[in-house]
Amino acid sequence: MSTSYLTLDGNEATARVAYACSEVIAIYPITPSSSMGELADQWAAEHQPNLWGAVPKVVEMQSEGGAAGAVHGALQGGSLSTTFTASQGLLLMIPNMYKIAGELTPTVFHIAARSIAAQGLSIFGDHQDVMACRQTGWAMLCSSSVQEAADMALIAHAATLSSRIPFLHFFDGFRTSHEIARITPPTTDQIRAMIDDRLIHEHRTRALSPEHPFIRGTAQNPDVYFQARESVNPFYRACPHVVQQTMDQYAQSTGRSYHLFDYYGDPEADRVIVMMGASCGTVEETIDALRPQGEKVGLVKVRLYRPFDLTALSRALPDSVRSVAVLDKTKEPGAIGEPLYLDVLAALHETGRSSIRVIGGRYGLSSKEFTPAMAKAVFDHLKQAWPKNHFTIGIHDDVTHTSLDFDPAFSTEGERTVRAVFFGLGSDGTVSANKNSIKIIGEETDLHAQGYFVYDSKKAGSMTISHLRFGPEPIKSSYLISQANFVACHQFLFLERMDVLGLAMPGATFLLNSPFGPNEVWDQLPLKVQQQILDKRLKFYVIDALKVATSQGMRGRINTIMQTCFFALSQVLPREEAIEQIKKMIAKTYGKRGQAVVEKNWAAVDETLQHLHEVKVPLEANSRHDLRPAVSDQAPEFVRRVTSLMMAGLGDELPVSALPCDGTWPSATTQWEKRNIAAEIPVWDPSICIQCGKCVLVCPHAVIRGKLYDPQLLATAPADFQHAASRWPDRKELAYTLQVAPEDCTGCRLCVEACPVKNKSEPRLKAINMADVSPIRSQEIINWDYFLTLPEAPRTALRTDSVKDVQLLRPLFEFSGACAGCGETPYLKMLSQLFGDRAIIANATGCSSIYGGNLPTTPWAVDEHGRGPAWSNSLFEDNAEFGLGIRLAIDQQQAYARLLLSQLEGSLGDDSTLIHELLEGQPATEEERQVYREKVQRLKQLLQSKDSPRHRDLLAVADTLLPRSVWIVGGDGWAYDIGFGGLDHVLNSGANVNLLVLDTEVYSNTGGQMSKATPRGAVAKFAAGGKPNPKKDLGLLAMAQGQVYVARVAFGANDVHTLQAFREAESYPGPSLILAYSPCIAHGYDLAKQLDQAKAAVHSGYWPLFRFDPRRHEQGLSALQLDCRPPSLPLKKFLYNETRYLVLAHSEPEAADRLLHEAERDVMRRWHMYEQLANGAPFQHAAATPSGGARS
Amino acid sequence: MMDLSTTYLGFPLANPFVCSSSPLAQDRSQLRRMEDAGMAAVVLQSLFEEQIEQEALELHHALDHHAESYHEALSYFPDMKEYNLGPDGYLKYIEEAKQAVAMPIIGSLNGHTPGGWVRYARLMQQAGADALELNVYDIPSDPQVSGEAVESRVIDLVQAVRAEITLPLAVKLSPFYTAPAHLIQRLKQAGAQAVVLFNRFYQPDFDIDHLHVNHQLKLSHSDELLTRLHWVALLFGRVEIDLAVTGGVHTARDVLKCMMAGANVVMMASALIRHGVDHVSQLIEEILQWMFDHEYESIRQMQGSLSFRRAADPSVFERCNYMKLLRDAMQHRLM
Repeated sequence: MSTSYLTLDGNEATARVAYACSEVIAIYPITPSSSMGELADQWAAEHQPNLWGAVPKVVEMQSEGGAAGAVHGALQGGSLSTTFTASQGLLLMIPNMYKIAGELTPTVFHIAARSIAAQGLSIFGDHQDVMACRQTGWAMLCSSSVQEAADMALIAHAATLSSRIPFLHFFDGFRTSHEIARITPPTTDQIRAMIDDRLIHEHRTRALSPEHPFIRGTAQNPDVYFQARESVNPFYRACPHVVQQTMDQYAQSTGRSYHLFDYYGDPEADRVIVMMGASCGTVEETIDALRPQGEKVGLVKVRLYRPFDLTALSRALPDSVRSVAVLDKTKEPGAIGEPLYLDVLAALHETGRSSIRVIGGRYGLSSKEFTPAMAKAVFDHLKQAWPKNHFTIGIHDDVTHTSLDFDPAFSTEGERTVRAVFFGLGSDGTVSANKNSIKIIGEETDLHAQGYFVYDSKKAGSMTISHLRFGPEPIKSSYLISQANFVACHQFLFLERMDVLGLAMPGATFLLNSPFGPNEVWDQLPLKVQQQILDKRLKFYVIDALKVATSQGMRGRINTIMQTCFFALSQVLPREEAIEQIKKMIAKTYGKRGQAVVEKNWAAVDETLQHLHEVKVPLEANSRHDLRPAVSDQAPEFVRRVTSLMMAGLGDELPVSALPCDGTWPSATTQWEKRNIAAEIPVWDPSICIQCGKCVLVCPHAVIRGKLYDPQLLATAPADFQHAASRWPDRKELAYTLQVAPEDCTGCRLCVEACPVKNKSEPRLKAINMADVSPIRSQEIINWDYFLTLPEAPRTALRTDSVKDVQLLRPLFEFSGACAGCGETPYLKMLSQLFGDRAIIANATGCSSIYGGNLPTTPWAVDEHGRGPAWSNSLFEDNAEFGLGIRLAIDQQQAYARLLLSQLEGSLGDDSTLIHELLEGQPATEEERQVYREKVQRLKQLLQSKDSPRHRDLLAVADTLLPRSVWIVGGDGWAYDIGFGGLDHVLNSGANVNLLVLDTEVYSNTGGQMSKATPRGAVAKFAAGGKPNPKKDLGLLAMAQGQVYVARVAFGANDVHTLQAFREAESYPGPSLILAYSPCIAHGYDLAKQLDQAKAAVHSGYWPLFRFDPRRHEQGLSALQLDCRPPSLPLKKFLYNETRYLVLAHSEPEAADRLLHEAERDVMRRWHMYEQLANGAPFQHAAATPSGGARS
Repeated sequence: MMDLSTTYLGFPLANPFVCSSSPLAQDRSQLRRMEDAGMAAVVLQSLFEEQIEQEALELHHALDHHAESYHEALSYFPDMKEYNLGPDGYLKYIEEAKQAVAMPIIGSLNGHTPGGWVRYARLMQQAGADALELNVYDIPSDPQVSGEAVESRVIDLVQAVRAEITLPLAVKLSPFYTAPAHLIQRLKQAGAQAVVLFNRFYQPDFDIDHLHVNHQLKLSHSDELLTRLHWVALLFGRVEIDLAVTGGVHTARDVLKCMMAGANVVMMASALIRHGVDHVSQLIEEILQWMFDHEYESIRQMQGSLSFRRAADPSVFERCNYMKLLRDAMQHRLM
């Protein structure tokens, strides 16, 4: 770590310093801070030393609360300790932070500052999380750029030792955390020089030791607590001075000078903005543009926010200042103003500068863009005689009218800066290539370079937009590019989905990856794109990059090809030199993955330029098609007015009034999204289909569906609508259709893999086969729309224990944004089919809350009666408790409804038996539920005409008389780790709730970090050397509770068993727990093969199927039934199909071998234990009936 | 004491037993056991260039396919310090095998590109292999490729490898060449010192219940030996090149037949997989007993004795004998 220039992001810049200065690092993944922990873990796995030559101990905890506790302990034990977190994670650390500060313990927590979940969760950046800590007694040091992240991280580590005050070092999440910039990080020697060993020794002497014992953490009474709380004041008074001294020392060493408050701008400024964080660069850029026009404007950048040195702030403000706008990147509803505003106000008052007018405003919540146009609007606003206080900037507030207007056309982008925007598909490697381009330019030329990447919230077919700037001047712009002089579209289909060229400035270069050549492409462009090319006089180039990539065996990875085109066209470097640098970077990036990978990429680079062609642009736009409308005009009004704009990437334009004020959004909205991301979709062959429903069951996106219907309805069917005679023995008179939603399919091929039928003449064909979507899309859209008009099968006529019948149940979870081939969503879809019309779902934060509830749409849908799952997400850590609360609320209201019913008997007129039937009824079957629902409906009609308070009360709670199925859903990170305490408690509560654990064996949503569900030997983030310990047996722990229904299922291995377990769990009148085997992209194999892999998981004993039903005791049976045969497949044959295991066999074969043998022992040991339990179990003691104990 | 010694690729061997290229050879403890049991040399399992490439590309794809797509998860796997993709593991094993046993270690290579054959051959030589077996496992299924082109490809690669390395070279062939004798003659001219007859192809079988084509490797049996015996007998003494028989050598009598046909060595795998590598010692015992009973003094004495050149009735090896067989069969049916 001793180099001059590096291009890296803020997280890495920070983590390098933190790692060097620490001995114990406790981590837990949370966006956008996760990569700091990942890097620390990786460096430790590589045995990289810290400043003192030792390898820091990096430990993953079960939650951020756990990480803070571990850090607290490590500090009390005398070590130097750190952690990284954000958002809710930081909130969970607050209790420990009070303790650490109260004990005057030096440490630094590094925070990628992020929004707090309020009306909705947001992973993006603002200061709400750190502002929630400003009262804990921690020093707070803010970085405004990637360079500063490295610098301030070190200043914090040095100053905490000198001051004994713990430090929060923070920077803007999803700007600084992920912005890649060329910086000069402190060298190892510079870091070493800043850390004073004497202070470390003092820290160690304060540690717990039996050699000089004391107690710390006492309970204090009213007599002394107050005085003791005040005893720390000298340390806080000294802290700002200590920090400034540290900054000065750092400046001497590096030449980079910082102050507690840094001023930028006109020395005679009359208007000044005070703010902190990444947008300071944008304001500086704005000031540079305004000053030549005579504007006297300036900026105070806050570095040390706590302890707040009011005199230092006052010193930083020129005497000429008349008005100040304080910009807070946070919101405190109900407060007089946001915290920085209040602090500045108080500081100026206390320093005798009350004459300066101070107004406060909010900006940039959840990474909302803050542009020079907005900064200018604030400066302009300060000119007004009576400027608006408590304003907002960057949004249109048409409700409380807080927002300032701004002119979006105002731009400060320099002419000498190259601005390039790339639209790519996640899987095509665009971002990786751009990151390499920045490295090439940043580290191999004299140019400054910056990259920022906007990703999709959809996991399947996700789009990425890369924003790259290069230029001879330092780049301060911390906002997205809006005037690009180079636009590359790496996927042709994007052109009809969004306004790709809206960002192109006149005369820009447009590079398109196109299956159509230079002579054919024009006619294929949407009209708007043609017009933009003409109007903006764009230079237009095409390349068929996919063809080049395919010819080199690189599948869809077009990254190095498009990168070569970029360098060739942008001329940032001479062409030959650029190609040489690209090849060097390929060798550097991929070298350790084998020569073949490097050579294939090299060959692609060599092949590229002969396929790059300039398009001779015609004189007029003549296309017969245009951009597709975001949604159909059949969509509901809200979807057309609000959701459609968000889908089109225009959500920023929505005013406050358009948005629900309490976080409530309509269900069933993915159906309007029509993402058209599949290149191939399944096509049905009715002639050989046996109508088994397996394809429908496995489809992760609910895009393939079956219906049985009266064949007379075919009279109005489209000409190409496919159908066959029913193959239900008792319903032979009906017609059957298997239909695919062509615009919603992700092309994952799972349905084809599940199809058990082969064409006898051509066995490579099945009853469904993948086919190119282009020639059939239009017709299939018509067919799908017609299919939707066919009547749903009456639920009462279907057998829910049969896969064949379940395909006819309408899914109420459809078209989610989950990964193509997701192994979780088939379970949720099944849940929605079986119980959706009466389900309430508590969903832990994670993948399922993202594809379930990440706006703009939700896959949770409604049936033909308007009923469907009601869904909510509380937090990551509290989901079981949240679900229990919902259950308690239902039960309580139902009890009240029943009380009212019994009190009101006889008051409802003629229908004397109704109340009796409602009180006595316990509907268990579909028919009984239907009859009962009609009775409740009748009750409500009767109550409408009554006007007594009790009648009105009963009307308000009447619906709770209906059966409610409460599902508590989440991943293994929730169930095994952060939420385990609550889960354990809820399982013990006896409440009638169903817990579904979608077990991917890692934290999937944050990028595959190890959880306690990760099996031994699997490589995961935080377990780079393979997890040394076995997977926690959550099923066994739940069985040990005695009165919990437990099932372990894998739909890919046994779909009927999965159905059975869901039905039994739901019918069980107490808590039930389903552990669902969920293949995931983090396992590293083609998910189309997941059904075979699930079977292998079961056959190898890796994932034994079982059901533990305490009701069986009443029949004298063992509660546990093993639902699979003893392990028969060598475990290795299962494991080594997956990259997470295979990668260790490659990188550390001996360790992999040892862990494999231990894992084999784990499997057999567990199997034998289960066998014993199933054959006369110790667990029966916990719940045995007098006659219990019989063998199953 | 009877003399079982022979030579192969210039190495004097105590007996004609060579462990054929198989998974048995990839286990160091098995190597020691087979040497203790009397095995004279071993051919390591083939290094497949295509497989190395494929593994690297597959892993690369798996690691990168979902990376940089979604803002909460820019990757899904830790970046390992090294992946050990490529031939390193194989080359390391050559070194370990050399340390583990004294018998000659013959590396085996199946290339995919002209550059690959040469590169990996050079690496095997550097790793310490005593000789190299070029495993020309090629199914010429392309209707556009002529027999002549197929043969030229083999000759070219042998010449290319010969030009780069000094190790003795053997070429393992399939039985499906138009003119094997001519090809082997050309191989010798190209620099090969031995041919190994014949490669066994993974022959797909049909599962008619599930409409599957299964590809599985079945262990060989003694019947397969006849093709080998036939060709070794035809070649012995006519092309000055070492001859190794592989495929169908199971019993002591099989070994003796191979020697009498004119082979320098026999290569075994299926019998050892079935009975364990110690089985070699029993076969040696049986050979000694047979030689004692039949008053042979040495293997050399019998090598080539039933070859085309030395057999009492050489026509049995050629077409005239085929005609006779047909005639006899017809007469037999008529009777």
